[in-house]
Amino acid sequence: MRAGPVTYAVLALFTAGSLFPLVWTAVTASRDNARLARTPPPFRFGDRLLTNLGTAWSEAHMGLALFNTVLVAGAVALGTVLFATTAGFAFAKLRFRFRTALLLTTVGTMMVPPQLSVVPLFMVVAELHWTNQLQSVVLPTLVSAFGVFFMRQYLVEALPTELVEAARVDGASSLRVLWHVVFPVARPAMAVLGMLSFVQAWNDFFWPIIALTQENPTVQVALTGLGRGYVPDQAVIMAGALLGTLPLLLAFTLFGRQIVGGIMQGAVKG
Amino acid sequence: MTAATEAVGDRPAPPPEDLDRPPRSGPRPWRSRLYRWDVRYSPYVFVAPFFLFFSAFGIFPLLYTGWASLHRVELYAPDQLEWVGLHNYARLLGDDFFWNALRNTFTIGVLSTVPQLLMALGLAHLLHYRLRAASFWRVALLTPYATSVAAATLVFVLLYGRDYGMVNWALEAVGAGPVDWQSSTWSSQIAVSSIVIWRWTGYNALIYLAAMQAVPDELYESAALDGASRAQQFRHVTVPALRPTILFTVVVSTIGATQLFGEPLLFGGAGGQKGGASHQFQTLGLYLYEQGWFNFHLGRASAVAWTMFLILLLIGAVNLLIARGMRKSR
Repeated sequence: MRAGPVTYAVLALFTAGSLFPLVWTAVTASRDNARLARTPPPFRFGDRLLTNLGTAWSEAHMGLALFNTVLVAGAVALGTVLFATTAGFAFAKLRFRFRTALLLTTVGTMMVPPQLSVVPLFMVVAELHWTNQLQSVVLPTLVSAFGVFFMRQYLVEALPTELVEAARVDGASSLRVLWHVVFPVARPAMAVLGMLSFVQAWNDFFWPIIALTQENPTVQVALTGLGRGYVPDQAVIMAGALLGTLPLLLAFTLFGRQIVGGIMQGAVKG
Repeated sequence: MTAATEAVGDRPAPPPEDLDRPPRSGPRPWRSRLYRWDVRYSPYVFVAPFFLFFSAFGIFPLLYTGWASLHRVELYAPDQLEWVGLHNYARLLGDDFFWNALRNTFTIGVLSTVPQLLMALGLAHLLHYRLRAASFWRVALLTPYATSVAAATLVFVLLYGRDYGMVNWALEAVGAGPVDWQSSTWSSQIAVSSIVIWRWTGYNALIYLAAMQAVPDELYESAALDGASRAQQFRHVTVPALRPTILFTVVVSTIGATQLFGEPLLFGGAGGQKGGASHQFQTLGLYLYEQGWFNFHLGRASAVAWTMFLILLLIGAVNLLIARGMRKSR
């Protein structure tokens, strides 16, 4: 059915609501503190954007933070996709003892709140002298139960069992089946899962703030540090927030259509 | 190894084996044995990395937290456990701030989840129409999802500022008095909830939209033939078809709401773990963080974590019962 003007009006309203805080982040990041402490609040861009970005960059170790975050999110996305695809394939198409029990365990733990693991994770990390090092953030999130379940659901339908069997009859080893049959079929789902994991790891907050410090932060940890100064400079804080969000927003502008398609596809399959 | 690398040798690649021929009496038996091993054990190899990491960073911490919750453990000597039995839990149940946090988690959870899912459902309905620039609307509505908790909360703190915030400025412009969003219970909880709503409404709308697109068109056509209006079609065709998806989003949002942490922490600024001067928006997540990392009682924090786990199990069971009841009543 065709949309009427009311539909467009309501959508425009919600879109404005979705985009406004982001635009306003940029507006406030381009002003100075004194201007922010006046009514009415500023609506238009000022001329201090670059200055504030520079201050945020140097005060919050933003360069290091961005580098760290790309590293962490990239590693987590890669690990999640790889391990979830192999495990998901095994759960979907291979027969082995304890398969159902293992799958149920995996799905059941999706209910477990991450806060539950923080105390012992902290002890393990302290024991290994990993505090403030990136592996303490990467390793605990390298696999995801959701990812395994997601890939299994996808492969059950998308990968014809005959294809696997045919490769087997041809004498293909399991690794070859994985490489030449499973990975090509799973590629769309792998892309979605990789994207979801990347965004999640980029924005992850609770564990990094415990495991890392301001000396070696991810973007989110650095932002928290900016917000907690003695005399918080709001404009600089907003510049930091902008720096931490910009890379993902850029990705959204470039690949938005694919990302949306991926999420919707994942929603139906999952 | 791929076929290409095999062919690159000093000998030409062996011809592919003829499958129709009966197996020869033991040509290269090691090879067929290897193959059988491969078939039998490779599933375990494929799930092993996941379960290796998962045991180390998922299951072990879960069990250890339960164990630690029965001990006195200090942050600065996390390996020294002193058995105290159920003392941590008893102390928790006697702490007014725990009940306060539990209540806040519940009210903020309802305040953020209910409007969020209702709006997402409505938005999905609108997005389901044939639209000009359909992908623009979808991408624009999803952008908040890409924003981190930290960045989103920082800008909302500014928007809700008492003296110079834009929300109060707009309220005054329409003649309503300014609100001190931080200090009172309701206003601060509404403010925190609005951050959650802003970040997740578009994402949920897309999930609903995907489910709507899977509903066969004939259902709508026959409903239209029966004279059902658009609103009636939405109520009697779309919503029932979406029931499993709605239940899924309710469960996921409930889990998210129970674990709410970043938004209230940063909304509180310095000393945010308290959730405001009178703990008016301290959630269970913040309470756990305060017990462990500001009062240095890891044992007590563990007890909070397990209590949260039990609450989630309870919610999961209730959800299951509701789902079953809905199926029966149909």
